[in-house]
Amino acid sequence: MRRRLRLVFGAVAALLLGAALWEGYKAVGSDDGASLFGVRVLPRADDSAMPHVLDILRRFGEPELAGGDPIWLVVLDACLFTLRSVAVGFGVGAVIGLVLAVVMQRFRVVERGLLPYVILSQTVPLIALAPVIAGWGGKLSLGSYPWQPWMSVATIAAYLAFFPIAVGMLRGLHSPAAIAEELMHSYAAGWWRTLVKLRLPASTPYLFPALRLAGAAAVVGAVVGEISTGTRGGVGRLVIEYSREATGDPAKVYTAMIGAALLGLAVAALVGAAEFLLNRRRRVLV
Amino acid sequence: MRKTLIGGALAGALVLAGCGTADDSSSDSSSSGGTTAVKLQLQWFVQAQFAGYIAAVDKGFYKEQGLDVQILEGGVDIVPQTVLAQGQADFAVSWVPKALASREQGAEITEIAQIFQRSGTYQVSFKDSNITSPADLRGKKVGNWGFGNEFELFAGMTKAGLDPGKDVTLVQQQFDMQALLRRDIDAAQAMSYNEYAQLLEAKNPATGQLYQPADFTVIDWNTVGTAMLQDAVWANSSKLESDTAYQETAVKFLTGSLKGWAYCRDNAAECRDMVVKKGSKLGASHQLWQMNEVNKLVWPSPNGVGLLDETAWKATVDLALTTKNQDGQTVITKQPTGTAYTNEYVQKAIDALKASGTDVTGASFKPETVTLNEGGA
Repeated sequence: MRRRLRLVFGAVAALLLGAALWEGYKAVGSDDGASLFGVRVLPRADDSAMPHVLDILRRFGEPELAGGDPIWLVVLDACLFTLRSVAVGFGVGAVIGLVLAVVMQRFRVVERGLLPYVILSQTVPLIALAPVIAGWGGKLSLGSYPWQPWMSVATIAAYLAFFPIAVGMLRGLHSPAAIAEELMHSYAAGWWRTLVKLRLPASTPYLFPALRLAGAAAVVGAVVGEISTGTRGGVGRLVIEYSREATGDPAKVYTAMIGAALLGLAVAALVGAAEFLLNRRRRVLV
Repeated sequence: MRKTLIGGALAGALVLAGCGTADDSSSDSSSSGGTTAVKLQLQWFVQAQFAGYIAAVDKGFYKEQGLDVQILEGGVDIVPQTVLAQGQADFAVSWVPKALASREQGAEITEIAQIFQRSGTYQVSFKDSNITSPADLRGKKVGNWGFGNEFELFAGMTKAGLDPGKDVTLVQQQFDMQALLRRDIDAAQAMSYNEYAQLLEAKNPATGQLYQPADFTVIDWNTVGTAMLQDAVWANSSKLESDTAYQETAVKFLTGSLKGWAYCRDNAAECRDMVVKKGSKLGASHQLWQMNEVNKLVWPSPNGVGLLDETAWKATVDLALTTKNQDGQTVITKQPTGTAYTNEYVQKAIDALKASGTDVTGASFKPETVTLNEGGA
């Protein structure tokens, strides 16, 4: 119980520290920032570049447009919409990553042949990929269910999410000591048995960090995918729409950005909770 | 559980990449229940810039023509003419120079209507900077958007005898107008119907009031003579040549669209409300301003709305061929080949509208005076 209290206290303190740093810089920083050889090294501190924390919080409570819903509700709705793309993208990415890792572990030749492409896949710029995936919209369907714009976004999220899982799991599947593998061998355990009884349990310490990375990557992929393809409804779209209004309403941009950041935290927390539950169950079993 | 099902299905679709092609190539004008399905790809999110099409959907002008039009919004990386050329939309809205560049790279598209008769691009500066003509840009920091949006500016500077590469400092501009308001740049690119309004929706710290038009000087490329044609409707070239059903759809689509534009000319406030209802995130006064400015670009159309003026086309092509940007590139390197534009279908649409009593020239059009509120609210 005390540990949990300390955790909550720590989180609140970190938030306050962040706000204090923001306001502190605003107080001491020059309105015009600082430039070194014509390159701005410190950001401007005026109200249009860095609105006061209180102004941003107040903006959450005000309506998005005259007479419309308050911003917090709009941003929350958008985050939930994006969360669906993130969840589907994360799930699909995790499955693909796991399968790839298992296949690569099983067949050395596949690992040698495939791994470079897996790494290469992450160097393709997203802005080149996004329109292509969005273009599937008019052509694909899942059975009788037509392809929805959010599925393009989920695909982009999956594309980013599968990578850390494939690489992390491969490492984890390779992790059992040779002596453990030989023991399984002496039991006459086949490949499948060895995988289920030895390799998968041994890989969990590698899996969860990989899942956390994948969760973050899925959020980035979904938000960037929404920005890139202009998918209506998500928080990525809000970021780009609000940034166009930065001239007259600078606090508004930050509401969407905070929303996107909180979405990332929420996904990380979900992965953390899954890890906690799984570890507890394992402890009970052992 | 449902999530895993969808996830599994998605994974399947990914693994089988391409095997999931829909039975009917749905972007083709497939008839269902007597109406023809049509997809229109916009250049950007829903805003009053596209009010005519939105009004035509909402007021049932397309339905009158037997069309069921679906409007596809644009995004940061969505190129409408590519979407059109790939067959994922039946028609697309695009600026002429950008579409010409895509044509040169192999996109088989043909312009079938020129909705905006005038260019909406300004170069805006503070009045006290004394930049009243392109020649005054010499030695100044000049903001521009790049990505093919900068050629009118470069043509204007070249015409005034400036070398854009040497005589001015070029600055890549962001989406917002903060750079000009903070005087990081001396002159900023702005669309009359969008960024210019954003300036007038911002508070002037010196007075505590909103900025006024009198605070700024505007260079209008229409007056300078280096304007290029902007929003036009593009169609698929090969289908236009051989597919008679598509040709008929094109005439019907233009008839509905032009009726929508005529409606928005006479009912600006109502069209603004339709755009806002479609989920635009820009405020109501901003959208009314945009509607009014866009009307100024469309109306009056002495030869009939949507009809391409061949002199203006030639001027745009010439500028696209000769104007170099800072990298020394021109928009296109040779004269457009094949059928780059045709007035055949829009003329039929205009005739049909005339017959039904719609005013297609807008000779008596008078723009409104729109008061902008802070932040466009």
